[in-house]
Amino acid sequence: MSQDVEAKVKSIIVDKLGVDESEVTHEANFTNDLGADSLDTVELIMEFEKDFDISIPDEDAENIATVGNAVEYLQDKV
Amino acid sequence: MSKRRVVITGIGALTPVGKTAPDFWNGLISGKSGAQPIEHFDTSDFPTKFAAQIEGYDPEDYFDRKEARRLDKVCQYALIAAEEAIQDTGLDLDGINKDDVAVIVGTGIGGMITFYEQSVSFHEHGPRGVSPFFIPKLIPDMVAGQISIKYGFKGPNFCAVSACATGSHNIALAYDSIRNGQCDMAVSGGSEAPVSRIGVAGFNAMRAMSTRNDDPKTASRPFDKNRDGFVLGEGSAILFLEEYEHAKERGAQIYGEIVGYGFSADAHHITAPDPDGEGVILALNRALDSAGIKPEEVDHINMHGTSTPLGDIAETNSIKKVFGDHAYEINHNSTKSMTGHALGAAGAMEALATILSTYHGMIPPTINFETPDPDCDLDYTFNESEVRDVKYGLNNAFGFGGHNTTLVFKKFEE
Repeated sequence: MSQDVEAKVKSIIVDKLGVDESEVTHEANFTNDLGADSLDTVELIMEFEKDFDISIPDEDAENIATVGNAVEYLQDKV
Repeated sequence: MSKRRVVITGIGALTPVGKTAPDFWNGLISGKSGAQPIEHFDTSDFPTKFAAQIEGYDPEDYFDRKEARRLDKVCQYALIAAEEAIQDTGLDLDGINKDDVAVIVGTGIGGMITFYEQSVSFHEHGPRGVSPFFIPKLIPDMVAGQISIKYGFKGPNFCAVSACATGSHNIALAYDSIRNGQCDMAVSGGSEAPVSRIGVAGFNAMRAMSTRNDDPKTASRPFDKNRDGFVLGEGSAILFLEEYEHAKERGAQIYGEIVGYGFSADAHHITAPDPDGEGVILALNRALDSAGIKPEEVDHINMHGTSTPLGDIAETNSIKKVFGDHAYEINHNSTKSMTGHALGAAGAMEALATILSTYHGMIPPTINFETPDPDCDLDYTFNESEVRDVKYGLNNAFGFGGHNTTLVFKKFEE
């Protein structure tokens, strides 16, 4: 299950940010490493909400800055 | 101080008759129709099931996936045509002062497809279903904004919006910006991407479009007695304008010169043309005055000619009132017979066609003519291109709301 979440998160990031899968490491920061601007980041969160069918409050979203943050948060929620 | 001269030194086009400026011109002079059945959405419950469309358009041929996702089609089209026009100038972008380059490019509607998709998402998911890219992809001025961001052009930057006169207004305002010394160069023109379920439904609701579904390629037939409405089009055309001395100094190729324009309003009805054509007459006369030429000097008029029953007659009558007997000596045409009506891009596509008519000495045809209409009795260059030396060519564009524009182009001479 946890590996499923990780794979799904990575594929969303690859699709939305148009980056290569090899760049999507656990430590990669959306803004600094993957070229996302503030609007991309908002859309990424929306995409996680839609694909995992959950709601991510803004105060939680603020703490999701890296691939690892997203995977851990979503593993916790689903 | 005499005003500065403005010439065209780069051209770009992405249209239903050709995906580059040279292909656009070749499509026009060979009488090619860009109309085809709509295949990217279900039209079974639509009265009109076709449009003039860019053949085989795939954004990933031009943009990476992330870029494509952040751009409404209306911006994609403009960026593609702008890239061609800028490359065509032969300018070394690192060697020019980018502060002196304006971008004045418009769209009649903006990101219509984005508005539709986001409204559906909002309806289904509420406020949290709305993308952060909704507003940036929707607003009409983003076309000009995106081009300036891509190239770092920091001259005047905005768009004028006037429905189907948009392309012309933006070119005229770019011309003014150079003439008045705000900048030395300008990217100008129009773009539109309205071929969507909501777009076709909207124009169908107005009963403005042709419903000749059995033969889309002959549906746009301006000035033919059996015309039954316009054919929706899409795409972009971009002109790179440059102050003449600036262009001359660098030995630039010059396609033609803009020498004047006229603007006016019908002040009559939201969508119907004024049958007396007073607004159009005003625009034509202002254009001639602004260029300092006599009616007899005009060789060619690329008309608005949308293939609607009333519009084609009203425009014909206005031209006859302004030009008198000389109206019958002018080669008119409506390139919308081939490109369809690309709304905010139409004025730009037709400005480009007019410039190329002065450049090549050739008038593209008005295709699909079969049956004369006694109320449309000018020479519309029906069905076949004609060789004609064009010193002065005019281009009309009119928009819903009663906005009228006439641009004046001159064959380039030192």
